[in-house]
Amino acid sequence: MVIFGVSLLAVCMLVGVFLGELFGLALGVQANIGGVGIAMLMLVLIVDYLNKRNKLSKPAQEGLSFWSAMYIPIVIAMAASQNVAGALDGGPLAIVAGVACVFISWSLVPLLSKGGSKDSLYEEIEQEKVI
Amino acid sequence: MFEIISKVFTDNPLIVSFAIVGATMYIAYFLSNKLTKGRIHGSAIAIILGLMLAYIGGVSTGGTKGLSDISIFAGIGLMGGGMLRDFAIVATSFGASFDEIKKAGFSGVASLFIGVVLSFVIGVIIALMFGYTDAVSLTTIGAGTATYIVGPVTGAAIGASSEVITISIAAGLVKSILTMIGTPMVAKYIGLNNPRSAMVYGGLLGTTSGVAGGLAATDPKLVPYGAVTATFYTGLGCLMAPSVLFLMTKAIFG
Repeated sequence: MVIFGVSLLAVCMLVGVFLGELFGLALGVQANIGGVGIAMLMLVLIVDYLNKRNKLSKPAQEGLSFWSAMYIPIVIAMAASQNVAGALDGGPLAIVAGVACVFISWSLVPLLSKGGSKDSLYEEIEQEKVI
Repeated sequence: MFEIISKVFTDNPLIVSFAIVGATMYIAYFLSNKLTKGRIHGSAIAIILGLMLAYIGGVSTGGTKGLSDISIFAGIGLMGGGMLRDFAIVATSFGASFDEIKKAGFSGVASLFIGVVLSFVIGVIIALMFGYTDAVSLTTIGAGTATYIVGPVTGAAIGASSEVITISIAAGLVKSILTMIGTPMVAKYIGLNNPRSAMVYGGLLGTTSGVAGGLAATDPKLVPYGAVTATFYTGLGCLMAPSVLFLMTKAIFG
């Protein structure tokens, strides 16, 4: 059933956010420490576990993929409900940060592409070249 | 007549927001195809339109919640609020599998961690230069420099102001768009022509739409390789930014 997927997602999020609050409390900071990230990690692991045992029905997967597909629309709604008028002064900051980050990341690509030892990927690359 | 419409709208806020966001996305994808030939992905244009709507809402009402300050559009705040946002973001990790990341090898995984931390640090440094000194704002802007999702998720988790969260979204958006447009131009200078460098690229840049769009314009065969690492970037960012990275920023800046 579709709700099983949605429910699994809900449980992962609740547990993640709960753990995040707990970490915040334990560390004495007024914040949710990594809750959403923990929830994502949980979902990946649980879905992986269920899939390998064929326990995740197609409707349940559809329940998950529906919410995954709603992500961009929800992000747009989020953007539309921000205090943009109040944040306009920060425009140059956003542009400088975004541009600087992309250029510095670009410059690191050749450096990191060279690194790494021979692994399964190497063969894949070789195969690509043959093709 | 208008009273009836207004009543229907205010009685069904969330439904109204689905209709409005759908229409916004339709326009955005239309513009993406016609004006930029798909070069700038529709989702990026849609977010820009969303920010513009928020500006209009803010200016016309003097409120701080963008378009949702206008009563008939209040549902936008519900749809884009923290609860559904986090729910949908967690859902995006459905489809990712750790078996995939093994293919990326050491350099791919390293690029992922370096990418998140580097973007964060650059964001924090630029925010410092622009006069922000509190750990919460610095962390949120740093997180936004990772992606426009990590920013608001982090900001909400650690209690940043809406202005700072908006800046973090905008920083991530700039990164995403520049990646879409710039990738094909720099590809040959940075050796972006094989699966390994595409995986490194996905890990370093991390913005899923930017990496996918940029690689598609460079060489469509590279897209799946870039996606292998980029898929994990936002998750890793949501994990690290409001935890380790925030605590470190807090330790340094108080």
